[in-house]
Amino acid sequence: MSDASLPIVNQPRAPEGAVRLEDFAEEVVRFPGGGIATLRSDVLFHWAQKSSLWPLTFGLACCAIEMMAAFAGRFDLDRFGMILRPTPRQADVMIVAGTVTIKMAPRIRTLYDQMAQPKWVISMGSCANSGDHYRNVYSVVPGVDHVIPVDVYVAGCPPTPEALLEGIFALQRKIMAGTEGAADARR
Amino acid sequence: MPAVEVVEALRTRFSASASPLGVAVPAASLLEAARALRDAHGYRFYVLASATERSEAIDLVHAVRNLDTNDTLFVTTPLAKTALEAPSLAFVWSGAEWYEREVFDLFGIRFASHPDLRRILLPDEYQGHPLRKEFPMDTPWGYRPATPKPEAAS
Repeated sequence: MSDASLPIVNQPRAPEGAVRLEDFAEEVVRFPGGGIATLRSDVLFHWAQKSSLWPLTFGLACCAIEMMAAFAGRFDLDRFGMILRPTPRQADVMIVAGTVTIKMAPRIRTLYDQMAQPKWVISMGSCANSGDHYRNVYSVVPGVDHVIPVDVYVAGCPPTPEALLEGIFALQRKIMAGTEGAADARR
Repeated sequence: MPAVEVVEALRTRFSASASPLGVAVPAASLLEAARALRDAHGYRFYVLASATERSEAIDLVHAVRNLDTNDTLFVTTPLAKTALEAPSLAFVWSGAEWYEREVFDLFGIRFASHPDLRRILLPDEYQGHPLRKEFPMDTPWGYRPATPKPEAAS
């Protein structure tokens, strides 16, 4: 029995669809503490963007309570690099959580315009998605996408923190895949 | 229920009449009746203002409370739809100021000598008073803001 006939079993194989080292050759990045990784620059930037999504919270109704729960200790969005910002200048993603009234709509638009590119929007809850049972009320906008472009819609009334987490993961997958964001699609 | 003598005093002095909620006071004597309720009858706490619409008139409703006896009195004031104006009670009870702004915002009742009669809940540029029966609700939503809808995100 010769060695050449043995299958190579001790070399780890990358799972299907995973990022392989030989896929990136254009840029060499030296990390602090030693070690060299080679990455394609857009993969690196997408990875950095999705790993530190700083949200501008826009709690407008009861969805904000679930959003607070998602940021608090039990679900702890800090694990995913999400740090709440109270100002649009430092924010990457706006989480619109709650009923959007026509009085609030111009304020949402102003704050969205003040956010720096690249920027994303998560519409949290049925009210922000479509107006829900307030859809035909005289003071309610039927969906925040009448005001700003939305990347991810999270269903629920209100969505559980797990649902918001899944919406954030969906946005991270969208960023990692390089899909054009809603803000860019409008330009 | 308010004390019988309070209602009787309102009847004789301010031409009030019985009402399902409490007493009905005409708009002409509402301000004097309010002062008397506060000073002579101990209704020092203002609870709320509202309105109900009937076919030809709108009833303005003020609720006031006597904190010593814990009586709440509803004072209704019928206003013809052709003359939707009532005296402001903001200088009798300070708490009435914002409630009267809300009634003005949603029903369009104007309050004479109100210190700051602006909309309080809806935007300043809002057209119409949405709790009125004739407010159109057949639009996609009751009121369409000027913001154009952006193209659908991909």
